[in-house]
Amino acid sequence: MMWSDVFLMRNEVLLTIAAFLILCVELMVEPARRQRISTLGILFMAVITVVGFMPTQSGVLFGAMYQTNDYIALMKAILNVGTLVVLLQSVTWLHKENNQDKVSEYLVLIFSTLIGMDFMISSGHFLMFTLGLELATIPIAALAAFQKYEARSSEAGIKMLLLAALSSGVTLFGLSFLYAATPGGSLYFADVQAAAQPSTMFTLGFLFFLSGLAFKISLVPFHLWTADVYEGAPINISSYLSVISKAAASFILVIVLFTVFRSLQMVWTNALAVIAVLTMTIGNLFAIRQQNLKRFLAFSSIAQAGFLLLGAVSGSQLGMTSIMYFMLIYVFSNLGAFGVVSAISNQYGKEHIDDYNGLYRSNPMLSLTMMLSLFSLAGIPPAAGFFGKLFLFGSIAQHGMYTLLIIATVNATISLYYYLLVVKAMFIVKSDTPLAHFRSDNWMRASLVVCVAGILVIGFASVIFDSMFGISIGL
Amino acid sequence: MDVLSLFVVVPVLTVIALVWARDARQVRSIAAVGMGVQLVQSVILLFRYLQLHAMPGATELQFQSRTLWFSSLNISYAVGVDGVAVAMIMLTSIVVFAGVFASWEVVEQAKEFFISLILLATGVFGFFISQDLFTMFLFYEIAVIPMYLLIGIWGSGPKEYSAMKLTLMLMGGSALLLAGLLGIAFSAGAQIGHLTFNLQEIEQAHIPMQDQLLFFPLTFIGFGVLGALFPFHTWSPDGHASAPTAVSMLHAGVLMKLGGYGCYKVAINLLPDAARELSWIFIILTAVSVIYGAMGAIMQKDLKYINAYSSVSHCGLVLFGLLMFNKASVSGAFLQMVSHGLMTALFFGLIGMIYGRTHTRMVDKMGGLMKVMPFLSVAYVIAGMASLGLPGLSGFAAEMSIFVGAFQHDDPFHRVATIVAVSSIVATAVYVLRAVAQMLLGPVTDEHFLQLKDAKWQERLAVLTLLVAVIGMGMAPLWLSDMIGGSVQQVLTKLQ
Repeated sequence: MMWSDVFLMRNEVLLTIAAFLILCVELMVEPARRQRISTLGILFMAVITVVGFMPTQSGVLFGAMYQTNDYIALMKAILNVGTLVVLLQSVTWLHKENNQDKVSEYLVLIFSTLIGMDFMISSGHFLMFTLGLELATIPIAALAAFQKYEARSSEAGIKMLLLAALSSGVTLFGLSFLYAATPGGSLYFADVQAAAQPSTMFTLGFLFFLSGLAFKISLVPFHLWTADVYEGAPINISSYLSVISKAAASFILVIVLFTVFRSLQMVWTNALAVIAVLTMTIGNLFAIRQQNLKRFLAFSSIAQAGFLLLGAVSGSQLGMTSIMYFMLIYVFSNLGAFGVVSAISNQYGKEHIDDYNGLYRSNPMLSLTMMLSLFSLAGIPPAAGFFGKLFLFGSIAQHGMYTLLIIATVNATISLYYYLLVVKAMFIVKSDTPLAHFRSDNWMRASLVVCVAGILVIGFASVIFDSMFGISIGL
Repeated sequence: MDVLSLFVVVPVLTVIALVWARDARQVRSIAAVGMGVQLVQSVILLFRYLQLHAMPGATELQFQSRTLWFSSLNISYAVGVDGVAVAMIMLTSIVVFAGVFASWEVVEQAKEFFISLILLATGVFGFFISQDLFTMFLFYEIAVIPMYLLIGIWGSGPKEYSAMKLTLMLMGGSALLLAGLLGIAFSAGAQIGHLTFNLQEIEQAHIPMQDQLLFFPLTFIGFGVLGALFPFHTWSPDGHASAPTAVSMLHAGVLMKLGGYGCYKVAINLLPDAARELSWIFIILTAVSVIYGAMGAIMQKDLKYINAYSSVSHCGLVLFGLLMFNKASVSGAFLQMVSHGLMTALFFGLIGMIYGRTHTRMVDKMGGLMKVMPFLSVAYVIAGMASLGLPGLSGFAAEMSIFVGAFQHDDPFHRVATIVAVSSIVATAVYVLRAVAQMLLGPVTDEHFLQLKDAKWQERLAVLTLLVAVIGMGMAPLWLSDMIGGSVQQVLTKLQ
């Protein structure tokens, strides 16, 4: 292996090194000071994030098992940014009494899942994809059960693990079809792509494969685990699941659709259009009824996934660009919202929507951050979410699917309703006993500043969208 | 930077300055200065536009400027104003200026109030200067969303319900609108050969008829919701009744005009073939709006509801005039927009001031107010007279022009629709005169009223600003209709 080869896989290599270093450091540090490792983890992640944005070349490694190019590097960079923000938000929670001993454990698990996701996105072979998928999933189940003495957390972990195993099984079953249908029996992306045609074998194989990914992105009807796991898992894990895990799965989905399965476009355009409509509608309708903010954000993130899928349905360069762009914005918007929920939960242990009544009076900055994040999720300008959603809708309009377009825009309005419910609680409803003013720690504040800056800048800075457009592909 | 961007920059700077303001006093001074500057620069804009426009060979669209924004989608920040837009900008700055003074006594969270109010105004100004569908929609949404907080926090009565209803209905409209706008852009792009969001470029494209027939209802209804098109008007009475004074003023006076302006600038201008084909459906709906709004106003006892329904009727008349597709009625529709904007802002301002004193908005609980607060009462009478179209005030020229234009169509359908719409004038006279008689004339019914004071200086300033405009427009409507007429003619030629 050459130095340049290592640089191609810089994300994976650096993350692995970081994970090992953290393990070593833990052995050397006395127990009382172990919680400081969180700072080290954040430092590592910050370095990796910066390195991730450095220009890279396209290339393949390990006999085309691993591939990378501009958009893959960009997707990984988006995941890095999100993970960094999640780590910043986790510090308060990690320093709590129950978790102090497990700081390094947490970091290593997070880094492992990220390595898995990076391999998954970079895979050039379905075997590699499966390995990445498993590496990404199993540590997350452990993370969901992180507070193992709490019944709900353990339950979330078990639920996640069982359903993930099931979905992996379904994916593998689909892959066996693809293997059988490819002449000479190959699972290389290039071979499958060359052989793919809308035959029964391929279609079935593709659909099983799709359902495995649909589970990760929590598309309807594979969304049932989402709310329970988000509610039970520690809040920072929920935010990690809702953003990073979802983003990674969406990225690989769009890559696979636009390359390997491009000749099956007839099959997946309609299938995905139906799934998109179901996902956004059901996500929205369930979100309206939620009172617990974690469950609320869970269903909101399901609905967002439905919008995201529109970009894939269009099958165009604009579609792929808007998926990456939307995801980047979604990272900041959703983590902004989760960050506020997490800050308040850390301080008061309250997660109910009524607990937020009159929050603006006592905690104006947190309320404003939350409002901006929710507006971004709802697609209200000047928040960046407006631009993200508009371009996703644009990709559908370009494709001429006007019915789908109208359903999607109407759904965006429905989603506005429940986002406004939270805004209403914070700004309009008066409360005799609002949550008292508090200061969250500097890490949390830094993460929220990053989120707010992202939400305000990404939309107006057209250079971000334009450069993404330059490296995207379409059918 | 171009001249027109100042109309967005000044309010944004005002908002930024407001963030640092320390107390309510500073807040309203900053707001007043900011909006005063805005008023001055729109007067300058008006005169410079008239000057440039009078030059030989001048185009309708002036002060154009275009900066590429999202190069991959050919979205640009494009601005430019024609006569119609100048009139709308003038209207907006007058109403916002008056609105700031009408809300002089907001002390509870004053900073947040003025920030939201001016953000709303930013959206409106931005919308009127835009020449690009993307930026237009961006500003449109910015104008609508602060409404939720303004009504929800500072409103009265069932404010949470009204705020949510208003926001969701308007956003539902904008959902249809967004679908329509994207459809127009991509469909026109397919015809021209490259994607564009620029209004003038899209005007040149011949969007296929089947697409036009789909996009026209989407955009017309989308904007029509904001223009209180029947049956999508139901947010308006509740919203206006719950909103604080300045917000009602701005919303009925300016924001509802976005609807009419958008219907004209996007739906009719860009989709002329479908407009011709489908206009009959919307003529029926707008005629119903006109008469239904007037009847609704007759049935109400609450001053704000009366005026809200009256707005439905008058805004219906705006859309009705636009759909008649001839110069007299379309120019009339824009005159009506300006006239109704000024007049209804005056109404809502006065209602707020009267309510602040009597603590009731019920017409039958008041009486003889003319004796205790002559200034406010006389202003109310003048506003009422403008509303029912008395010659010499702004409403007359506008309504006259619309009806004359509408009656030029010699087919029975247009004639009947016109007669239905004209009959609303009678109903208007009923509710306006009845309110004036019960509330202002006669003996003072409640002895508490005898202690009431007449308007304070800031209230007088707000009222006078609007009164001068109403009377000025009524006395000299011709230069305004000339300025509008030239721009209207361009669009009308496509409809013949």
